[in-house]
Amino acid sequence: METTTLKKETVRLPESRQPGHFDVEKIRADFPILQRPVYGKPLAYLDNAATTQKPLAVIEAIRRYYNAENANIHRGVYHLSEVATRKYEGARKTVKNFLNAASEKEIVFTAGTTDSINLVAAAYGRKFIKAGDEIILSHMEHHSNIVPWQMLCEETGAKLRVIPINDRGELIFEAYEKLLNERTRLVSIVYVSNSLGTVNPVKEIIALAHQGNVPVLVDGAQAVAHLKVDVQDLDCDFFALSGHKIFGPTGVGVLYAKEKILESMNPYRGGGDMIRSVKFEKTVYAELPHRFEAGTPHIAGVIGLAKALEYVESVGFEAIGAYEKALLEYGQEALSALKKLKLIGTAREKAGVISFVIEGIHPHDIGTWVDRQGVAIRAGHHCTQPVMERYGVPSTCRASLAMYNCKEDFDTLITALHDIIKVFD
Amino acid sequence: MEELKELYQQIILDHNKSPKNYGKMVNCTHASEGYNPLCGDRIKIYAKVENGVIEDIKFEGEGCAIAKASGSIMTALLKGKTVAEAQQLFEEFQHLITSDVRSNVDTEKLGKLAVFAGVREFPTRVKCAGLAWHTVKAAIEKKDEVVTTE
Repeated sequence: METTTLKKETVRLPESRQPGHFDVEKIRADFPILQRPVYGKPLAYLDNAATTQKPLAVIEAIRRYYNAENANIHRGVYHLSEVATRKYEGARKTVKNFLNAASEKEIVFTAGTTDSINLVAAAYGRKFIKAGDEIILSHMEHHSNIVPWQMLCEETGAKLRVIPINDRGELIFEAYEKLLNERTRLVSIVYVSNSLGTVNPVKEIIALAHQGNVPVLVDGAQAVAHLKVDVQDLDCDFFALSGHKIFGPTGVGVLYAKEKILESMNPYRGGGDMIRSVKFEKTVYAELPHRFEAGTPHIAGVIGLAKALEYVESVGFEAIGAYEKALLEYGQEALSALKKLKLIGTAREKAGVISFVIEGIHPHDIGTWVDRQGVAIRAGHHCTQPVMERYGVPSTCRASLAMYNCKEDFDTLITALHDIIKVFD
Repeated sequence: MEELKELYQQIILDHNKSPKNYGKMVNCTHASEGYNPLCGDRIKIYAKVENGVIEDIKFEGEGCAIAKASGSIMTALLKGKTVAEAQQLFEEFQHLITSDVRSNVDTEKLGKLAVFAGVREFPTRVKCAGLAWHTVKAAIEKKDEVVTTE
């Protein structure tokens, strides 16, 4: 205990950068891109819900792989292939520990969250979901957790049911309870909304679904950089994430699935590495999880992803959570003080995202304006058109934070917003 | 800041705030819808064309200041022009917004359209300026499908 207290004291920083006990300067120093100016101004990167920046450790791990370790995995008998295989499979163990999965067999590397969800829709959905069956989603899903299910429904004749949200941007739990019935075959739900920031009560959602033996997929793309995820504690059946949203590379992601379920699924893509033996008469598929990883995977990406997870764990979710909560509150309060600004998404439980509109100024004009002050925010529908429709806006501005953001990032944004409001008045 | 002032000139801000020829037209002869899938913006153009002359033209829709001002200035300019003249102006405007930033702008020839020269500094916004023009082109050429900026 004493060491912890001492450590906290020593990392304390001046008030300006310090909503909690958290050494944000030290974190910022690990991210090379944060040191570069944009249009001659310091970069205030507030588009982390789209993608996060990468720490030097991740960049170096990928560089090291291509510089000194590059080989294909799982087949070479030579040194380099052994190194690459060990690193690739070692990454699987890192992911397993990060998510607290029961076994490495439950960790499938994919191209990202979208790919993970499509894998489940194809390999699980096509086998177990039939005409007249129902899949429950929520109104705040990203297009990547809508379209794969729509495609499955078109193919099978199953139906989508949608949990509505209230004006704050929270799921209406009672409506969910009513939607669950004997025809429900799957619930696929976002953990943290990318356009509203809402943190959904996924544990309760899962528990209720399980009462009727309905499996649940959790879209964790926006959650993993902000919250500690324990798939056994959540008891989710599937969990999807993207590497690039947690300080890792693009083009790599994870599908966690319970071993029993994974075992029962159809294969996804056919090809090399997913087989034990191939004859023209019959192919025997490989063991889990390799059965779902056809072809040469994104080895460098997987190695980079594992390094990113290690990096996040070295900071610790307790510290990240407390710091980000204070920063989110700071940003929301400061933005709310602007006249004509309206927050979109005011759920009681939020993480990472502040969406807003300003009366009389289109989000794209705001995006362009603040960009020239070095502030990167998103303006658009954020791949959640049903959410935009729910709030009656074609698009919003979205400032989304990560653990390396600081109060100054929001201060710069707010100064720029003051200016554009004045100019457009 | 200089580039921002160049983009958001007072004339553009004024047209954004009080756009000309904004609204529906019931007895139009030509109409078309433009869509920018990147931002979800939509614009509708209505025109009354008689004997090859654009007698009346209106627009409505959701859009940023650049898109709205472009629709406003464009409709004001096209009223009374022939279809051939409108097509010529479309070409000139397209050329302006996609030309090299360093190239000179022929303000005499372009007239009011020259205010959109600032958009060249902002590649992500060129489509906003072009949306109304693409839509009007489709309308007067009688294309029924939704025009996209892609």
